[in-house]
Amino acid sequence: MTDTPKRDKIVVRNLYKVFGDRPQEGMRLVREGRDKDEIFAQTGQTVGVVDANFNIREGEIFVIMGLSGSGKSTMVRMFNRLYEPTSGSIEIDGEDITRLNDEGLRKLRRDTVSMVFQSFALMPHMKVIDNVAFGLELGGISREERHQRALHALEQVGLAANAESYPDELSGGMQQRVGLARALCADPPILLMDEAFSALDPLIRSEMQDELLMLQEEKQRTIIFISHDLDEAMRIGDRIAIMQGGVVVQVGTPDEILKNPANDYVRSFFRGVDVSKVLTARDIARRTQVTLIDKPEQGPRAAIRMLETHDREYGYVIGRNRRFLGVASLASLDEARKADAALEKALLPDCPTITPETHLGELMNVVATTPYAVPVVDEDGRYAGAVSRSALLQALDNVIGDEKPSGASTDAAPTEAREGV
Amino acid sequence: MNARFNPLQPFDTLQLPFNEWVRDFFNWISGARSFFRAIRQPVDWVLDSVEGILQALPPGLMIVVIALIAWQLVGPRLAIGSFLSLLFVGMIGAYPQTMTTLALVLTAVAFCAAIGIPLGILASRSDRFEQGLRPVLDTMQTTPAFVYLVPIVVLFGIGNVPGVIVTIIFAVAPLIRLTNLGIRQVPKDVIEAALAFGASPRQLLWRVQMPLATKTIMAGVNQSLMLALSMVVIASMISVGGLGQMVLRGIGRLDMGLAVIGGIGIVVLAIILDRMTQALAQSERERGGQRMLDRGPIGLMRRLAARGKGAEQASAAQPNTAPARSDAAA
Repeated sequence: MTDTPKRDKIVVRNLYKVFGDRPQEGMRLVREGRDKDEIFAQTGQTVGVVDANFNIREGEIFVIMGLSGSGKSTMVRMFNRLYEPTSGSIEIDGEDITRLNDEGLRKLRRDTVSMVFQSFALMPHMKVIDNVAFGLELGGISREERHQRALHALEQVGLAANAESYPDELSGGMQQRVGLARALCADPPILLMDEAFSALDPLIRSEMQDELLMLQEEKQRTIIFISHDLDEAMRIGDRIAIMQGGVVVQVGTPDEILKNPANDYVRSFFRGVDVSKVLTARDIARRTQVTLIDKPEQGPRAAIRMLETHDREYGYVIGRNRRFLGVASLASLDEARKADAALEKALLPDCPTITPETHLGELMNVVATTPYAVPVVDEDGRYAGAVSRSALLQALDNVIGDEKPSGASTDAAPTEAREGV
Repeated sequence: MNARFNPLQPFDTLQLPFNEWVRDFFNWISGARSFFRAIRQPVDWVLDSVEGILQALPPGLMIVVIALIAWQLVGPRLAIGSFLSLLFVGMIGAYPQTMTTLALVLTAVAFCAAIGIPLGILASRSDRFEQGLRPVLDTMQTTPAFVYLVPIVVLFGIGNVPGVIVTIIFAVAPLIRLTNLGIRQVPKDVIEAALAFGASPRQLLWRVQMPLATKTIMAGVNQSLMLALSMVVIASMISVGGLGQMVLRGIGRLDMGLAVIGGIGIVVLAIILDRMTQALAQSERERGGQRMLDRGPIGLMRRLAARGKGAEQASAAQPNTAPARSDAAA
């Protein structure tokens, strides 16, 4: 996924975090390569993050995943130094924030990096609007201006009507919208979201994910999203980092990780994945269908011969620059030949198409109800293959066996937890 | 004295002149008169001015003022209750003593707040300080008041001011504890959120911790007040005036009437002050979202003033038009 090179917003280098009263001693043992549990038993120091190195690009949603205790919350809290890194550096726009003094740190927290919490963490004694304006209030912005900006932020999350309520009068989902509005209020370029949607029920959670993606479309912020929910990570993440015992074991796009998991831990994460939400039409589209080039010299007659040679009933008609025109069947071609018409006249009416980004779950219906393989057409109108029923079933049924670690083909995916397909 | 040591009767020979040591200590320490006078001074001023105000108003007016305050802070029921009960206390002849006791208690509580809340804040910010403070507070709360009455008399003499000082020592501990507790029990995630949005330590304290601890701190103030009232009788033994003096004298002379009159005065004060401080602990929201200035007698006055002004403006602008009148009425 290097087709759109973006600037690195955050650069993490050799980042370590050891909790305890003698972190340097813990550091020494970590550098010697000792195990987390061993270090705790020996010194009572808890290792949070070990030698993390990765870059976060401007405007992407970067999901950090891992089981509880894997250090992901620790990691995200070092980006605004709620936790002090024990060693290493975090550069935001080229500035090492581990060196900021108190005043610089407060400025960073007020203007650049804001945070959404799993427990919402709203101020129970403040009205919603004052909660949202809290960061601005701390920055000494006048009441009038901060209320105006807070109201704008509340509008973005659809809660302007509740500005005068108190947090405990709102439902969980609404409270987290307030949390989100509070983070958006100062319009920071970086958002930290610590399991922000984990405390919400599944329906509200996916609603909030959509909301986040929508906000992201309006204005691209760099979002670091902590999650233990793979479906969530796959859904919203541009790239995912997977953490295990304080170590970042793999960083990549959801696809890359799904196809080439770095180790068994990563693989075990993906075992329960609902493939229909992860794989897209692009992943399973095949180019095995017969394509008919729409040229003046090639009429229905030539097309019929092509199909008969390949023993196919349908042909996919393509114009100049691989522009997709439609699907023609043997029967419709035969009629066009009899009428001595051009190839275009043979195209079947109401031919459905799908985009490469469509998830399998969304295309099942159309693939099932169309008699031929459904053509995949990209945003420029170009033909990108077709999804047949058999290809779909095969993708949904494919399982990565433990003895077959790397799925080299695009349609290899774990599906053990899938039900009823 | 030169008898031999007998292990079975060790105390015949093993004796510490502890009593004399203590006496010597206090003789020595009371040499620092100016120091103790410096402590007395602010208490003296506050007490004098509070009592001055309370005694200066004519009783009839004073009772009405207290009733109005009760209405403002709590509601009309307590207003009527305190008006009638204070009237009764006055009729049984305990009005001046009640005002003296009220002045003593209010002064003591004011000092408790001035000392206790900052100490509580400090304790909440430093585990070390809290650990050091805890045994001191335990001692202050468990030592019977009679025990430190004596050193107080030695150091400060007798009268109302030492009485207030004794009361402060007795009553300040729960306020320190509850302030500390209130700040410490502010949820961690809320504090983390405040820090994440760039709160400085001072902002964290004043915009997050203190507002969220207010209820607990006010409970501490309430406790201090109640303890101060319970100290009234004991403090009267070092010649503190007021209702306690009546009770003490009543007991001394077996004059049941006098003792009961004093007792009734204390109970009436206790109930009124308790209700008032409990109401102070409620947030604006718990009182139904009405601001203090919009409620009670002040609210009534403001509404009346607004109506008068509105009516004036309406009649000045457009005399005798119905809409303007209804606006003003609303």
